[in-house]
Amino acid sequence: MVNKKLDGFQIFSYIFLGVASIMIVLPFIILIASSFSDEVALIKYGYKFWPTHFSTVAYQYLWQKKELIFRAYFMTILTTVIGTGIGLTITTMYAYVISRRDFPLRNLFSFLVFFTMLFNGGLVPTYMIYTNVFDVKNTIWGQIIPSLLMNGFFVLIMRSYFENNIPNEILESARVDGANEFYTFINIVIPLSLPILATMGLFIGLNYWNDWFNGFIYITEPKLFTIQNFLNRLIQDIKMLATMGTNIGGAGQGMPTASVRMAIAVIAVIPILVIYPFFQKYFVKGITIGAVKG
Amino acid sequence: MGNNMERNNIALPKKKNSMARYMPFFFMALPGLIYLIINNYLPMFGLIMAFKKVNFSLGILASPWCGLSNFKFLFATSDAWIATRNSILYNLFFIIANNFCGIFVAILLNEIKSKFFTKVYQNVFLLPYLISTVIISYIVYAFLSGDTGYINNTLLKGEGVSWYTEPKYWPIIISLVNIWRQTGYHSIIYFSSIIGIDSSLFEAATLDGASKWQQIKNITLPSLKPTIITLVLLALGRIFYSDFGLFYQVPMDSGALYPTTNVLDTFVYRSLMKLGNVGMASAAGFYQAVVGFCLVLLSNALIRKIDKENALF
Repeated sequence: MVNKKLDGFQIFSYIFLGVASIMIVLPFIILIASSFSDEVALIKYGYKFWPTHFSTVAYQYLWQKKELIFRAYFMTILTTVIGTGIGLTITTMYAYVISRRDFPLRNLFSFLVFFTMLFNGGLVPTYMIYTNVFDVKNTIWGQIIPSLLMNGFFVLIMRSYFENNIPNEILESARVDGANEFYTFINIVIPLSLPILATMGLFIGLNYWNDWFNGFIYITEPKLFTIQNFLNRLIQDIKMLATMGTNIGGAGQGMPTASVRMAIAVIAVIPILVIYPFFQKYFVKGITIGAVKG
Repeated sequence: MGNNMERNNIALPKKKNSMARYMPFFFMALPGLIYLIINNYLPMFGLIMAFKKVNFSLGILASPWCGLSNFKFLFATSDAWIATRNSILYNLFFIIANNFCGIFVAILLNEIKSKFFTKVYQNVFLLPYLISTVIISYIVYAFLSGDTGYINNTLLKGEGVSWYTEPKYWPIIISLVNIWRQTGYHSIIYFSSIIGIDSSLFEAATLDGASKWQQIKNITLPSLKPTIITLVLLALGRIFYSDFGLFYQVPMDSGALYPTTNVLDTFVYRSLMKLGNVGMASAAGFYQAVVGFCLVLLSNALIRKIDKENALF
């Protein structure tokens, strides 16, 4: 059994998946190679999978603009940390409450979450309410609150985790011992739920890190741009980079446009590529538990 | 049973205090409840805007009703129909392609006995799923840019195509990007279902001399049926909705491409933010929300008929 030779189908699997993996990675290579290319060569030969004339001029240019990029990074990190912190807290508490079989309003509260997955008001009324009633426009809350803070799907996944992994007996005996519900939640339930908290936190965090839509519709003030909104603005108008922040130099004069475009995308994607291998286990787990009916 | 009795014994004498007993639960659920009201239920109520002539100085509630005139205006344009057609056709294709590629890759992954390679392949396939659409639009631009793009410069050598103004290529481009992005996600779901299949079935089949193809056809695919049904019907229920970024960012909002890239989500967005036509945007949003909801109900009714176990509700 152990030293069984590979059959034809297995060899095909190795080769096919290998070739497909290369095809999947190649688009990232073109991004990175182009960012390390000389501007003149890029304009002459175009973007390639290998830098035509190796050059770091794009990164040097971005370094001159570092206050803009650090600022955008800072906004991304701030948004992600605050959003994930608040989001994970309210998601966990809500999911725990509707997981408690002895809570009388459990079905109503579950339905309120479930229904949001089937039906939603859509962009227009959401936009109207957030801009006219709550006025989140051009505040950091515009990036944090709309849509991303509590996802119904995540709530239901957590609920079923609590239902299946926190034995009722433990909760009962805590109650008999006179522990109040907050104490039980913080000191018994949370320590038993660290794996699901890590998985959900990672997915909420990834949603914040990658989000550009909230910034796109609620933020027009460049100071509040996250790295995604910054990129989003630059792909439409790369020259804007030259005029943003410091006002020295004519607009776009001598700016290595073609390579800078790609360099800035590389800078935004690097953190994900770096942390991904360490967290891939949780990503895979998150997707699989999500697929199992909540 | 024992549990229930115990619970009754404790709960009975304290019945008067039951409100107090559940107070902590209300407190814990309160932030989430408030958020659901603000983020989900108020906007649902806001859908009445579709039947109003919104006047911002009066506010939404006080604005006069205008019957169906917003809808008449909406469906008088061909854009709404084109966006509907695009949403449906793209989604139908995505459903077929994503599930086919996902199953195919999952079956191949199951043949890889080396733990190391399984992990490497899974990681690589999932990677595009974790990247924001903005970055994806940069990658697509690297290939398609008119002056500096890889395809025009290297593959077509001078005979350039102006990709961002030629709508006829975009169904293929968008579909390729979507497959690149979604295959990993779907293959992980299917792979986890395949791992769950009782391995003695395969062993018995091998002993009986069944070929790989026969095993796939008679064991693997039938075992995946519940997962396939669930994923397909869930996606059918969302056929009126699309990934906004894929249809807005990736074609770089190029007006010339609208005939093949405008879907309902981008149509609503443009009516609201670009044209500032609140009446038409809210009518389109209402149409999308309500028809979308009916499709969810319909597809769930279908699941219940085919396979009650997998129905959502």
